[in-house]
Amino acid sequence: MIKVTDLHKSFGKVEVLKGIDAEIKEKEVVCVIGPSGSGKSTFLRCINLLEEITAGDIVIDGESLTDPKIDINKLRSQVGMVFQHFNLFPHMTVLKNVTLGPLKVKDLSNEEAEKLSLDLLGKVGLSDKAHVYPGSLSGGQKQRVAIARALAMSPKVMLFDEPTSALDPELVGDVLEAMKDLAKEGMTMVVVTHEMGFAREMGDRVLFMDEGVVMEEGPPENIFDNPQHPRTQEFLSKIL
Amino acid sequence: MIENLTEIFTSPHYRNTLPFIVRGLQLTLIVTFTGVFFGFILGSIFGLARLSKSKIIYGIATVYIELVRGTPILVQALFLYFAVSDFFGINFDALTAGIIAIAINAGAYIAEIVRGGVESIDKGQMEAGRSIGLSSTQTMRYIIWPQAFKRMIPPLGNQFIISLKDTSIFAVISLGEVTYLMRQYVSTSGDPFIPYIMLCFAYLIITVPAMIILRRIERRLDV
Ligand SMILES: Nc1ncnc2c1ncn2[C@@H]1O[C@H](COP(=O)(O)OP(=O)(O)OP(=O)(O)O)[C@@H](O)[C@H]1O
Ligand SMILES: [Mg+2]
Repeated sequence: MIKVTDLHKSFGKVEVLKGIDAEIKEKEVVCVIGPSGSGKSTFLRCINLLEEITAGDIVIDGESLTDPKIDINKLRSQVGMVFQHFNLFPHMTVLKNVTLGPLKVKDLSNEEAEKLSLDLLGKVGLSDKAHVYPGSLSGGQKQRVAIARALAMSPKVMLFDEPTSALDPELVGDVLEAMKDLAKEGMTMVVVTHEMGFAREMGDRVLFMDEGVVMEEGPPENIFDNPQHPRTQEFLSKIL
Repeated sequence: MIENLTEIFTSPHYRNTLPFIVRGLQLTLIVTFTGVFFGFILGSIFGLARLSKSKIIYGIATVYIELVRGTPILVQALFLYFAVSDFFGINFDALTAGIIAIAINAGAYIAEIVRGGVESIDKGQMEAGRSIGLSSTQTMRYIIWPQAFKRMIPPLGNQFIISLKDTSIFAVISLGEVTYLMRQYVSTSGDPFIPYIMLCFAYLIITVPAMIILRRIERRLDV
């Protein structure tokens, strides 16, 4: 589904990603963990071309992101992204937030877009919030709207960048629940997270990133219970 | 002095200046509204140009904005009305020249308002728009601009009031707006005091309500 080969990313002279190789298979849930500043967000943002790739390549479903002929907008519509700070559109109702993409990018009719969006809002448990503005929602509700908004484009893969980090602890559960449902339906997911419980339960694989490379990867039980690399051991001992 | 004081109560100028004020204010408002309208279009174009990644587009916008903001509007009006028309042999009438001068002048200030408004919108909004597959133009149109425009309303209102007052300098190009008409009135009547008080009121009658409305809008936008 996604194949990352020797990915490098620099901001000016600072190299943030120093050669990442990774493969994400269809229906796989891959969790990315690692210390702050290790490049986890940058890695996700490269997959969505929110950052320009400095060197190396990413191939999604057979299409290379470094191919100059690639239609960036089309590609982005197939890669859903959920941000730490939700980034809902505050001037639109919840429903409009979700229908915008289907209307403008997928060219659905008003009725089709609304039906699709109401279905998705129902799925994340927010049918009753369709006509309110995001400002009146809790963080957990906002994040579930953001998930519905991304899903409305029927993406082939969903990227999550610390989707629960900005939430009050009691609101984390609902969002994780929505993500679990998604994983069970077979969505391909890449999740940057500090929720080790989620990674252990739902992750098919865990990537441990540090200093711009993937230091260690494997099934969650191996990474959490029997980490090989000293940096992984150090990191886990700090957070667990 | 005593005579002057009684004049305050008995002056015929209150009434006699009224037709000039009505006629002059009409022109003042036409020049302001039309000028600021085109100024908003210019300002939007150049304000967005200031945000362009292209050095050339950014450079052109910067030159325009700094040229205008670095010279007095009186000089700009003289330049347009006398110098440009002479050099290129185009004959503007004073009204056209006035509207163009306000448009160009307000346009530069509005460009900075537009740039500031757009820059004040969180970067995450653009990223969220792009991530659902909207093009950058679509994201600007549906997501950034509506939010930025709301924040631009108070400074745009201020600019409108500034431009309204700026039209008074068009007296020098004999545009028959309210200041010009009142100067003519004074030169024929020979009596400056009451007519110029009336002229002040003529502006205040527009600017004070405008400021009150503006403050209301500002308060409403805050919530
Ligand atoms: N736009 C940018 N310009 C310059 N440097 C950047 C930019 N974005 C990220 N960086 C730098 O890249 C490095 C990695 O950042 P990144 O956000 O990918 O880390 P992260 O692993 O997601 O960390 P966190 O857990 O804190 O979110 C950091 O040192 C950061 O300062
Ligand atoms: Mg991050």
